[in-house]
Amino acid sequence: MTALAESVAGAGGVAPETPVRRGRRGSGAWRYAVLAVLGLYFLVPIAASVWFTIRERDGVSLETYAEIPGAEGFTEAFTRSLAIAGLTVVIALVLMVPTVVLVNLRLPRLRTTVELLTLMPLVLPPIALVVGVRSVLAWAPDYFFGTPLAEAFFALQEPALPWILVLVYVVLALPFVYRALDAGVRGADLRTLTEAARNLGASWPRVLVSVVLPVLRTSVLNASFLTLALVMGEYTIAVILGFETFPTWIVRISGSQSQLSVAVSVLSLVVTWVLLLMISALDRRRGTKETS
Amino acid sequence: MLVVLGALPFFLYVAVFLLLPIAVLAVEAFRATDPVTFEETWSTASVAAITEGPYRRAYVGSLQLSVITAVLGAVLGLALAVAILRARRGRLLRRLVLTASGVLANFGGIPLAFAFIATIGTSGVVTALLTDTLGLGLGGFSLYSMAGLALVYLYFLIPLMVLTIIPALEALRPQWREASDNLGASGWQYWRHVGGPVLAPPVVGATMLLFASAFAAYATADALVGSTVPLVTLQIANALSGDVVVGSENRGKALALGMVVLIGLVMVFYAWVQRRTQRWLA
Repeated sequence: MTALAESVAGAGGVAPETPVRRGRRGSGAWRYAVLAVLGLYFLVPIAASVWFTIRERDGVSLETYAEIPGAEGFTEAFTRSLAIAGLTVVIALVLMVPTVVLVNLRLPRLRTTVELLTLMPLVLPPIALVVGVRSVLAWAPDYFFGTPLAEAFFALQEPALPWILVLVYVVLALPFVYRALDAGVRGADLRTLTEAARNLGASWPRVLVSVVLPVLRTSVLNASFLTLALVMGEYTIAVILGFETFPTWIVRISGSQSQLSVAVSVLSLVVTWVLLLMISALDRRRGTKETS
Repeated sequence: MLVVLGALPFFLYVAVFLLLPIAVLAVEAFRATDPVTFEETWSTASVAAITEGPYRRAYVGSLQLSVITAVLGAVLGLALAVAILRARRGRLLRRLVLTASGVLANFGGIPLAFAFIATIGTSGVVTALLTDTLGLGLGGFSLYSMAGLALVYLYFLIPLMVLTIIPALEALRPQWREASDNLGASGWQYWRHVGGPVLAPPVVGATMLLFASAFAAYATADALVGSTVPLVTLQIANALSGDVVVGSENRGKALALGMVVLIGLVMVFYAWVQRRTQRWLA
């Protein structure tokens, strides 16, 4: 309180310009140091990895990258991961779009609960979740053997297309999907739009398909992409349940083909980044179009 | 009433695929299988076993690594976020950093481990540069150790901090800074009395998130060090793959339950801190 009084009293006599400028310039140097040091920290591993994959005894070659599509097991693992990702996106959206819309428009009482549940996977260690899932799956041979339920459990664990991974990945994707969709619903004036549609006689399913989904296009795109990237990179759950996906394949080949594993890693990071950049640019273009 | 049914699929799904596995974990950690008769009984043997010996070391190792990397990541991430937001004509820089952060923070795992192996692993590019070309050596640093893991963890924790803290930084109104400047406050006074108190709750929250993320990390550690470093996640994977020893499966469940309980305690502490700071701010 006294400090405040002093500065108020002093403000009349002192020209405010000088101290403000000095402070700003000092923090500027600090800012560039942070950017330089952290920039180095983030760029060196990427640059070194690229160099690691293209150096040969006699110069430089892109051969490692050309080898990727033909590498043993790559196609199966990659397409399997893509299929799992696609299914995860579909289930996550079918589950979450109606829930988010309902919670925002009709059931605000449930908001805190839904929010809390969707945020749980963010802090819950995936390895703990997968140990629990494994225990549940072990019931099939232990308790339900010979029943249709056991058959269903075994069908979920088909190595060619492990549905159990899809179902668990939906849980892992919940925080991303919920937040992307919730931001979209809050950004658009969805209440007015749905009320208008309802007044004109549209049923709720029809409102979802013809009003909500078009409005949420970018949010849905955002949520889908985040889920896709999450599934393509998920390692813990796949390896503990013993399925081969894209990331577990990288680890498996790393022992014998280190250059290849690094090349695939760098490529997957860069491709994900470029796709995310494109989506964010799309987001902005749509955003500016709507405000103008 | 019918509207509530619309939210039912969500709650059912979460109950079956999120809550049920955790509940099963909590129950089966207290089961034991007799090595001779294979009879199942209630027992606290697994839970008691994980509080000593290598398991205790693994918990301590995981906690140390997560606390240190979370605090370092929070400080560096906050600095980076401030630097990006203040950069002049920083829109492109900002977009690049934000999207790159999104990739690294959430989807890095395995690729990061290999990028670092190629950089500063045994036959890494920087390793070769430092030892062969410059003759300096790595000064005792090894990527396949706690310090090495910390270096890699920061590579996804700093971006996570940037992502989570930028909305809070953007909520700091420029008018507050202008007001305090006009009243003659120094930069330090502004942060001490205005910016700091407003930012404290989100910064604490983000640090907790970083802690949880580091504590749960398994992919990077598995690809980098196998099981040479004491970490709970690695011990859990070990216990599950060791089919030979009867009861190791139950020990895996007990270890996983321990992780859930620890994270739960951290969250309770976080909620308590948030309530305190809110009361203090009000």
